[in-house]
Amino acid sequence: MNRFCVAALLLMSCFVMPAAAVIETYEFSNEELEQRYQDLSAELRCPKCQNQNIADSNAPIAQDLRKRLYQQLEGGASDGEILDYMVARYGEFVLYRPRFSGATAVLWLAPVLLLLAAIVLALLVLRRRKDSGERTGGELSVAEQQRLHTLLDESESGS
Amino acid sequence: MIPEIGHYALINALCLAVILAVLPAWGAWRRNTTAMSLAPGLAVGQLVFVAISFACLAAAFLQDDFTVKVVASNSNSLLPPMYKFSALWGNHEGSLLLWALILCFWTTAVALLSPQLPMQVLSRVLSVMGGIAVGFLSFSLFTSNPFERLLPGSPVDGSDLNPLLQDPGLIIHPPLLYMGYVGFSVAFAFAIAALLGGRLDASWARWSRPWTNVAWAFLTLGIMLGSWWAYYELGWGGWWFWDPVENASFMPWLAGTALIHSLAATEKRGLFKSWTVLLAIFAFSLSLLGTFLVRSGVLTSVHAFATDPARGMFILLFLAIVVGGSLILYALRAPAVSSRVSFAWVSRESLLLFNNVVFLVATLTVLFGTLFPLFMDALGQGKYSVGPPYFNAVFVPLMALLAPFMGLGPVSRWKGDTVARWKGELGISAAVAVVCGLTLPLLGADYNLWVALAALLAAWLVLGLVRDAWYRVRGASSLGSGLRRLTPSYCGMLLAHLGFAACVLGVVATSQYNVERDLKMSPGDSETLAGYTFEFVELAPVRGPNFVADEARFRVTKDNELIATLAPQKRRYLASGSVMTEAAIDAGLFRDLFVAMGEPIGSDGAWAIRLHYKPMVRWMWLGAILMGFGGFATALDKRYRRQRRTATASAQGVLHGA
Repeated sequence: MNRFCVAALLLMSCFVMPAAAVIETYEFSNEELEQRYQDLSAELRCPKCQNQNIADSNAPIAQDLRKRLYQQLEGGASDGEILDYMVARYGEFVLYRPRFSGATAVLWLAPVLLLLAAIVLALLVLRRRKDSGERTGGELSVAEQQRLHTLLDESESGS
Repeated sequence: MIPEIGHYALINALCLAVILAVLPAWGAWRRNTTAMSLAPGLAVGQLVFVAISFACLAAAFLQDDFTVKVVASNSNSLLPPMYKFSALWGNHEGSLLLWALILCFWTTAVALLSPQLPMQVLSRVLSVMGGIAVGFLSFSLFTSNPFERLLPGSPVDGSDLNPLLQDPGLIIHPPLLYMGYVGFSVAFAFAIAALLGGRLDASWARWSRPWTNVAWAFLTLGIMLGSWWAYYELGWGGWWFWDPVENASFMPWLAGTALIHSLAATEKRGLFKSWTVLLAIFAFSLSLLGTFLVRSGVLTSVHAFATDPARGMFILLFLAIVVGGSLILYALRAPAVSSRVSFAWVSRESLLLFNNVVFLVATLTVLFGTLFPLFMDALGQGKYSVGPPYFNAVFVPLMALLAPFMGLGPVSRWKGDTVARWKGELGISAAVAVVCGLTLPLLGADYNLWVALAALLAAWLVLGLVRDAWYRVRGASSLGSGLRRLTPSYCGMLLAHLGFAACVLGVVATSQYNVERDLKMSPGDSETLAGYTFEFVELAPVRGPNFVADEARFRVTKDNELIATLAPQKRRYLASGSVMTEAAIDAGLFRDLFVAMGEPIGSDGAWAIRLHYKPMVRWMWLGAILMGFGGFATALDKRYRRQRRTATASAQGVLHGA
């Protein structure tokens, strides 16, 4: 079953498709290949499914991709070559970890930029708090005093 | 007849909601006491009618009334009664009704539990919540009426509830999650009421803080249950997928976490007032955005949204009104309420600010990552997928960045502290934490750097908390009286932070030390995994109330000692014919053993079998439970009740004066 069912669970979306378990029993020539198979099949998206990686999907195309992945791993292809092959056939859509490019630069840089911006903002706040504490020390500014007077007047006339 | 009563009650509820949204707010503006005093009654009335409506729908489900469309498409006469009941919210229309019911429940809770609140404030809060109810009730009535009939031509039997949802966890998960989601509407309503009234002071934070903490606690438990359900019901041993729909519930949680910390600073020190208001608006807007994402079908594809736009457009419009309206109000009012409180660089305030920085960035990143594929698709820039590898790469460093400062938080002082004092307080803890980090991973299969880091950070958090609690308790005549000195809000913080540490440890240990094998096994075969021997004893057919199943029976032994017998099933549900895997799990505090069945292979009785060894996976959920209980505990604090009583006195004074 699939990631999409999780979706169903979390907000009870109305389009869930129950699916049978997918357990492939490929025999790998060594453990390292098996580990790479598990890692890669979790990072490749089933092109025809809702939102599932090929490890969890039992769609025919996912079975086909798993088989190709297995064959390529056993054939000695590197991770990069396998991903290139998949992208050439199914487009960038197949990658759950989008590659860094002009279009995805903003995606990858956003967290860093956001963090920097937020930290700078926080530092500014800190500096202002510290300064204002030193400078005014609880005294009201002229503008504030005026505001206080108008407020007091209002409340007197209001009651 | 019953569905019509339900429909009629829902219309009545909408009418009351409209009055509630308008009249008390007008009363608060014109200082009309009569109009204001109607608010609690309207809130109760609204709850009563929505509850009647809900009960009618529940009756339709329990009586197998297949003339009602949602019942026909989501239930079946063979379904066990408790799943007939929970099938009510296993679909779009019913879950919206549940949403509305919970909203009315929160509204009534605010109305009844805060007679101490100044009348004007209470009226404004209830009016805002009434406004939200208008939105959701009309959404339910106009675009997704749960009482729609299938007449003539109603089916003899229903098409069944999705088997995945036929699980006890799913009976309580949605209500808990919604309690959290919708609970943020209270924080939102208090924020809007404060902006409307122009009075953003510490008392505002004190009023809204217990509500916010409780909502956050519900949301924490709801998300935790969802993750747990995914783990045992989906049959894959996965517990978090960064699916857009999961993110939809996680974003309000992240923003809510920032909010409860910022509220602490606002209540205790009168700081970050306008920021806290903004966060309250933000957290609730994310709840609404989550609803939009899930309900509009925009996640499936931008085009699915375009083919049936009524529901999506409705929520989008509602979202625009709520977010736009509150931001405009914020822009008009917030600058007038800036505070003038100072604090030093080294202080608890700075640490809370850092908490807000991290959680805000986390929220925005999850938001951006979730929406990125939608934007790219809508702009014609091609199709992209943003999945777990991206979110993990971003989220894990952020949490790692948070933890060192989080350990300092509880021991730090308000206003100003010194690094020298921190060193004195926490020097030993830091040293012990480093030792923990170096040694604890030795207990695992192999030495793992990530686990070492997690152990270091978790130990740092726990030791700091324990030491701080000890300092508060010692010196009392007995341990009991010492423990009584700890206020509920302090205990809540303690629990929640301990829970976070447990979560960190559980997540990292289970991700790093998890062992998974997919095998072809026949009865009689056995396989050894992480020291545990799984023996496939036999395969047997079983029959349940509404399914038939193949059951594989396993004996698990370690050092020739029987540990557990596990019986995963492969079920076929009779009504829909859908096939489901029921995993079998032997749960333990330090490890779970997990067996799931795939497909039969060949004709000699062999099956594809998945075996999992998952160390410390429970810590994650136990941690989340601790966090949830922590959230509830804080709301029990006496000061909220005591301060409210003083608030009553002053409020009465104001009213008499006016």
